[in-house]
Amino acid sequence: MSAYDKVTLARASDRAMGSFYMEQILDHFVELHGDRRFGDDGAICGGVGILNGEPVTCITMKRGDSLEERMKRNFGCPSPEGYRKALRLMKQAEKFHRPVICFIGSPGAYCGIGAEERGQGQAIAENLLEMFGIRVPIITVVIGEGGSGGALALSVCDSMIMFDNAVYSVISPEGCASILWKDSSRAPEAAEVLRLTAGDLYSMGIADVILQEGYRTNEELAAELKALLIRELERLKKVSAPRLLASRYEKFRKIGG
Amino acid sequence: MTSETVKCKKCGGEMDAEMVAKHRKICPRCGNYFRMTARERIDLVTDGKTFRELDGTLVSRDVLRFPDYEKKLEIARLETGENEAVITGTAAIGGHPCALFVMDSVFMMGSMGTVVGEKITRLFEYATEKRLPVIGFTCSGGARMQEGVLSLMQMAKISGAIRWHSSAGLLYIAVLTDPTTGGVTASFAMEGDIIAAEPGALIGFAGQRVIEQTIGQKLPEGFQKSEFQLEHGFCDLLIGRVNMAQTLADLLMLHKEQPKERRNA
Repeated sequence: MSAYDKVTLARASDRAMGSFYMEQILDHFVELHGDRRFGDDGAICGGVGILNGEPVTCITMKRGDSLEERMKRNFGCPSPEGYRKALRLMKQAEKFHRPVICFIGSPGAYCGIGAEERGQGQAIAENLLEMFGIRVPIITVVIGEGGSGGALALSVCDSMIMFDNAVYSVISPEGCASILWKDSSRAPEAAEVLRLTAGDLYSMGIADVILQEGYRTNEELAAELKALLIRELERLKKVSAPRLLASRYEKFRKIGG
Repeated sequence: MTSETVKCKKCGGEMDAEMVAKHRKICPRCGNYFRMTARERIDLVTDGKTFRELDGTLVSRDVLRFPDYEKKLEIARLETGENEAVITGTAAIGGHPCALFVMDSVFMMGSMGTVVGEKITRLFEYATEKRLPVIGFTCSGGARMQEGVLSLMQMAKISGAIRWHSSAGLLYIAVLTDPTTGGVTASFAMEGDIIAAEPGALIGFAGQRVIEQTIGQKLPEGFQKSEFQLEHGFCDLLIGRVNMAQTLADLLMLHKEQPKERRNA
């Protein structure tokens, strides 16, 4: 399968995304809204639920299913309020000593006038800075398209699980192709050179675990993801908070060092 | 004898390049700021002969074998005489020691690859160890596409280093200059204890062309300029070039480390 085939799969409108997996793996989930600053961003959904008998905070990017819902959720492109809501929920998780699980799948942070006026860059930057100090385990699961800084704002983590048809890139293949060759239709070539597949991220030491999709159903994948999350959380739960923060920094410190 | 001239983008006036360089690269007719190289910026703000460069020999490699990257790096090195898009080191400003990083917009548009990320990270680690404040001048088009997701991850890596520096109670002043956009805005440019900007600089996350394409309309005058960021609460103050060194010296003086007995437990 080519890199661009994976991009196409990662973006497919019928691909099960974070909210599906949250429904499958969590019990008693309660969604919590709003950033307490300006508004509630529909492109990011978060709350608390029970995973394997223990409370966890889960945050996902959300694009919605129907056209109407997609418009309401801005096609999964978060605004600053979304990142601020996510950070609020992470700090809440820290207070109540429960781990955080983030699900990634979005074309990227929204590019609009309001998003700039309310500090899209600052919101992402603050998440990057603060997530290095959150004293509970953070696991990031990349399911769909991981687009640039907008995805990174939920990706500072202790462990990154990546579906094998998910992608993660500094720029969309279309954007890259139009810069390189002034021709966005050459996106498939750009996808190859960008090295954005799960295998690429694993070999660069960014992704820690790859979840092979094969021909399995979404329910089967959810069961495996649940088992993986339980295993990773068991491992991370044993680490002291100072050690956790030091190794979280170390994980990113060695990239391109 | 003919001397080299430069043209002001704002008023269109043509003037002697050497004269402009001698006067902080400010247009004598309209007051517009010409872009400065990293070395010019270092000369402008640091006390004479106090700058000591760190990690100046680190050079980027074409790890992803990206089309034309080697060639672009070679051109950038020739054009600027620098090895990378950021210069890091230590210096004194108004007699106050500090660690300093200065980005260079001429070197591949100041884009951030792994070497830029590594140099800034090492600078914050060094400053944490030596208990120095950091002053950073940003100007960048964002993450460097030619190093793919490795570039993107530098945003997180630098943020982590800033977090440790900050937890040690140390000061970081970011000074945003024209242009500061993309992944740099979405990371270390917006993570200062104090965020200053040069007047008239373009500062934002998304590029203006991308926004115009997304929303299908022209952007208002002054959108994403420093004054816009000040008005929306995203920077603390604007500092003009004439006052830059003095204002930074004042800020450093105001944040000098308090003796232990004067700190609350």
